[in-house]
Amino acid sequence: MSASERLRVMFGAAPLKPERVTPAAQQVHQLKRMTKADFEALKQHARDHQLVNHKWRNRRWAVLLLVNLLFTFSFWLDIQMLEGSLTASRFVGFHLIDLNSALQVMLAHRHVIVNLFIGTATVFVLWVALGGRSFCSWVCPYHIVAEWFEWLHLKLAARKLVSDHEFHRGARSVLWFAFALLAVLSGYTVFETISPTGILSRALIYGPSLALGWVLLLLLFEVLYSRRAWCRYVCPIGMTYGMVGAVSPLRVEYRLEHCFHEGDCRKVCLVPHVLDVVIKGRAADLKTPIGPDCTRCGLCVDVCPSGALVFDIKGLNRLL
Amino acid sequence: MNERTRDDSPAAAPEEQPAAASAAATAGSRRPQAPVRRPSSRRRFIRSAFLIGGVLGLAMLGYVPVAGAQRTRLRPPGALEESDFLASCIKCGQCVQVCPVAAIRLDDIDSGFGIGVPWIDARAQACDFSCDAVQCILACPTGSLTYHKPAALATRPGMPLARAPLLKAKEKDAEPTLNLAERMGVARLSRPDSCLAVQGKGFRGQARGADFRGRLRYVERDRWRPVAVRDHPYERDLCNLCVSECPIGDAITMLATVAADGRRQYQPQVLEQCVGCGVCEMICPVDPAAIVIDARQPWAI
Repeated sequence: MSASERLRVMFGAAPLKPERVTPAAQQVHQLKRMTKADFEALKQHARDHQLVNHKWRNRRWAVLLLVNLLFTFSFWLDIQMLEGSLTASRFVGFHLIDLNSALQVMLAHRHVIVNLFIGTATVFVLWVALGGRSFCSWVCPYHIVAEWFEWLHLKLAARKLVSDHEFHRGARSVLWFAFALLAVLSGYTVFETISPTGILSRALIYGPSLALGWVLLLLLFEVLYSRRAWCRYVCPIGMTYGMVGAVSPLRVEYRLEHCFHEGDCRKVCLVPHVLDVVIKGRAADLKTPIGPDCTRCGLCVDVCPSGALVFDIKGLNRLL
Repeated sequence: MNERTRDDSPAAAPEEQPAAASAAATAGSRRPQAPVRRPSSRRRFIRSAFLIGGVLGLAMLGYVPVAGAQRTRLRPPGALEESDFLASCIKCGQCVQVCPVAAIRLDDIDSGFGIGVPWIDARAQACDFSCDAVQCILACPTGSLTYHKPAALATRPGMPLARAPLLKAKEKDAEPTLNLAERMGVARLSRPDSCLAVQGKGFRGQARGADFRGRLRYVERDRWRPVAVRDHPYERDLCNLCVSECPIGDAITMLATVAADGRRQYQPQVLEQCVGCGVCEMICPVDPAAIVIDARQPWAI
């Protein structure tokens, strides 16, 4: 999958099958041809020997809670480590400004002061290094709450009490442009009004607000109607960081040779379209980096029984 | 995933095509075929259009409180004009964190686009410039609160101050003025009838009662730490709290006149150097306050 194809998929297009497959990958695909019964047996064997672990999920939750609590305690205990909230803050004095909030302010206000520029540039470099949408799963407080409510959705769905209604993923691209356009036309940071990330971050630091009611409505919508709808189909913050992540060296890598194609990774994934490559016969090469829409949450890395999905830093292997 | 594409890749294995397979199996039979059940992309498209419309519609609802201008909020010192302020504020609350008297609070979702934007409830806790340097302006990362407003941004006549305001607490310092170019609003004796000075009355005790949580800097008690107003009782023969507690020089004075019958009459008079910080409104011992801040209003004779 080329870089432009991965971007296209992030913007909402359905993943295409590869046009060219390397001879090495073709050979692996050939070797994996077998009868349905053998294939099922193989998958079952892999699952049976899986060591269930939540290594990356636990690390991620710890980081997410730590970052958000650092904001809270910086204010409450006046330790002044990380002042402000997720939209804009200062880490021991250095300006940090959320890329999507900065974009909204820049478009609405059309006047960029030095501190705003410095903070935005710092955060841009930071998330290029750390993987773009890893902001979503490793920092965003809505992500972790939505993850807990997703568990409820899956329980209810398993009992057939609710079902997941999919939307077109292109909706998020449309909304990203619409919110940018609205900021320019109206002169207000329209998106911030309904941003659960900003609302939750401020609530954690400055105390509860009426706006939490809106966040609860969103969570109920996700539980009862559409799995992880906000993160999957709406949030322009995710889109902004996704674009940053397109050039990030930190990503999850898929290794065809290790894969038994059970498909468990796609079941736990927030953005399963990025894992289209794990479908039997889809991989164009032995190693495939997962697309920029991936939040680097590591759920697939945890769930994969055969180590076919791993965290990887591009270029590092060549250096070592 | 219901986004299936045609299988034309030589490398693709014959897996994951249940729909195609079942269609082929029933192709030969003569019985009328049930339509192959595929997730309706049309239905999904309509659903998505509703989602986009719904999200944008809900976000734009935030315009209602702004357009209605139901609330004329007192903004922190150095704030840009309201529409510029709402546009440039990134809703981070850094101004809240640095305020030594916790005067600044953030608006909620019922203020629409004003969500997370700082404001001051002067009656509950006014800005008394305890910080000396206007810390909230220093903390603001986007220039929503600023010392030097760019020339391109709007300024209404009557908002700029004639000269830098003198901070009484710094009177003896080498640099006794505040770096503040515009006022936040302007004080007004809105209920002269209830004003104790107008009635010729004095005041004794806690200005706002025993439960009041507001704080003020009393330089003679502590130059750096604000004190709770309830811990600083007053004893005045003629109530002049709004004049004596005003942190700014030449912003308010007690006007004394002699009436026709020879009795002396008093009335607090707001002067042009008033920055609109709200200390007079907070300290006014009558309820509701006789003197209030007209938030974001210019000086007008």
